[in-house]
Amino acid sequence: MIVNLIDYLRDRLKTVIRYCFVVLGLVVVWDILLVDKEHAHTHIEQIWGFWSFFGFGACVVIILVSKWIGHCHWFGGKFTIMAPEDFYDK
Amino acid sequence: MISSTFIHPSLLLFFGALLLPLVPRGTVRRTFLVAIPLLAFVLTWLTEPGTYAVTSFLDWNLTFGRVDALSKVFAYIMTLMCVIGTIYGLHVDDDLQHIAAWFYVAGSLGVIYAGDYLVLFLFWEVMAFSSVFLIWFRRGPKSLATGYRYLLVHTFGGLLLLAGIALHYKATGEIAFNLLSDVTSSQEGFSFGNLFNVSLPTFLIMLGFILNAAVPPLHAWLPDAYGEATVTGAVFMCAFTTKTAVYALARGCAGMDILVPLGVCMALYGVVYAVLENDSRRLLAYHIISQVGYMVAGCGIGTAMAINGAVAHAFAHILYKGLLFMGCGSVLYMTGQSKFTELGGLYKKMPRAFVFTMIGGLSISAFPLFSGFVSKSMIVAAGFEEHLYWAGFLLMLASAGTFLHTGLKVPYFIWFGKNNCSKETWEKAADPPANMQWAMGIAAFLCIFIGCYVPYLYGMLPNQEEAHHYAQLVYGSYHVSETLQILLFTAVGFFLLLKKLKPEPTISVDMDWFYRMGGRGFYWLASKPIQSVDNGVNEGYRYLGLYPLMTMARFWSWFDWNAIDGVVDGIARSVRGLGSLGRRLQSGWLQSSLFYAASAVAIILIVYVLN
Repeated sequence: MIVNLIDYLRDRLKTVIRYCFVVLGLVVVWDILLVDKEHAHTHIEQIWGFWSFFGFGACVVIILVSKWIGHCHWFGGKFTIMAPEDFYDK
Repeated sequence: MISSTFIHPSLLLFFGALLLPLVPRGTVRRTFLVAIPLLAFVLTWLTEPGTYAVTSFLDWNLTFGRVDALSKVFAYIMTLMCVIGTIYGLHVDDDLQHIAAWFYVAGSLGVIYAGDYLVLFLFWEVMAFSSVFLIWFRRGPKSLATGYRYLLVHTFGGLLLLAGIALHYKATGEIAFNLLSDVTSSQEGFSFGNLFNVSLPTFLIMLGFILNAAVPPLHAWLPDAYGEATVTGAVFMCAFTTKTAVYALARGCAGMDILVPLGVCMALYGVVYAVLENDSRRLLAYHIISQVGYMVAGCGIGTAMAINGAVAHAFAHILYKGLLFMGCGSVLYMTGQSKFTELGGLYKKMPRAFVFTMIGGLSISAFPLFSGFVSKSMIVAAGFEEHLYWAGFLLMLASAGTFLHTGLKVPYFIWFGKNNCSKETWEKAADPPANMQWAMGIAAFLCIFIGCYVPYLYGMLPNQEEAHHYAQLVYGSYHVSETLQILLFTAVGFFLLLKKLKPEPTISVDMDWFYRMGGRGFYWLASKPIQSVDNGVNEGYRYLGLYPLMTMARFWSWFDWNAIDGVVDGIARSVRGLGSLGRRLQSGWLQSSLFYAASAVAIILIVYVLN
């Protein structure tokens, strides 16, 4: 049953993606028009769709910064944090 | 006041573990395996708050059973997880694995019910020495070395704690395990100037606690050990060590300022390493560090709401992290693989494991209607309320990272994505045995139940007034909209940068480099310089010491032969007999010696408590 459902959705991937974008849009519109921002902690959160920008930005920053940390040649040498699998066996 | 009705759940687990080898195989054994943790769960559930099992030892009163709101909720979830974990491991035929797991849980419960530092320390060590067997029993090529590293780090942490306790006793004359006094005096709100404003004993005790909570830079034991443990062992380990440490911090160090920046760093550190990780179980282990970061920060903020948040998050975390380890563990159990570069596209073969893992992923990501949503936000909100905006926003950043990895990366690269499975892996892949599915089902149900029915978890929290207040806000439109926006737009970022996240066949070098390479340095030191000094001393000894010694020896030999032998012969024979008995007990296998020692300690403890 689970497999059938997943296959059904995968066969219509374009439609699924389209609906996902509609949901994203609706969430932002809901935030702008209807959500009571009385419980916001800071002024910056009053910006329309602030947490959408925050979420997207956070995701991009985490991926790029982490990969940079992982691949960067530290101490000017060959050492990288993402090391070959036999690193400790040598 | 010693009540006769109190039975310590640890005692039950110790007894059960020792009886297990005598139980016949089959249905009886399976029933026994479920019944003992279930009984322990019911016991902790029914125990009324109070102080039980107080015994005097030398000059001290030792308290084995301090039951209050804080210890009760932790004991409740620990025993519940023990039930789920044991069901998950029901197919495991190896008695020793179950015994080690139960001893480990018993140690954790002992710490939670401990009313003083001596009992706490005793059970703290029981935890370390029993959990290491959950690594060794994997019996893989790396298990032995990993286990010894784990033991080494925890012994070091135990020594820090012991030193702290001894100094604390010397300074105050108290061994009671309560909020440390100089933490209370600095409770005037958070300030960066106060970070190190605590006495040495308090600092050492805190270091002992945070080593077990895996706070960087004392954290590398965690991914090292949990990635290498047995499939069922990892399910136990991910629940108990770090969360017991969170309990100890909430009890002893609530409001300690240094915990706030440490917790925030942890939350981010785990996220960064999770991006780099290729092994699914090690990725989950890094996310434990990230999630425990929230709890440590909550303990550091120390307000009633923050402590509630830390407790609630620990409760929810034990269930969803257990569920995630069960999901990835079942992939490892069925296919023998846990690396993303060896997996992919498995949804057709393991659909149920996928659904369960996804529920765990949504819970840890704090999706509305899942458990993380009602627990994590309490800590963040407490931070904002104390005007710690930097902490609040950084924890929000980390929660985007949580969804990115555990909610998206893990399910995507195991069950969808590029199929990297070898023919053999693909053929072996299938949904795991029924008992494993049941355990995952129970955990998944609880994850959703906690998220949907707020009073269940909030009713158990130590500060009821705050919990009631927050229960009104948690499903408010602002909180729901904030969370949905962060999570959904994180998903957009994930799919846009999917190529960047492609798994790479690497390992991530972490702080364990220092003691792994430090160990090699020590080995070099021992084999080269120390060995040559030793040789030199030997040579000198041969010329300067040996000749006079030989002359003396010849004299004593003559004396021995002629005078003493007649008398002593009888004694010598009996000593040789005892020696050969001892030799049979010592197999030379260090783990088994440790195991005998731990069992002996447990038996002595039981006898002592019963007396």
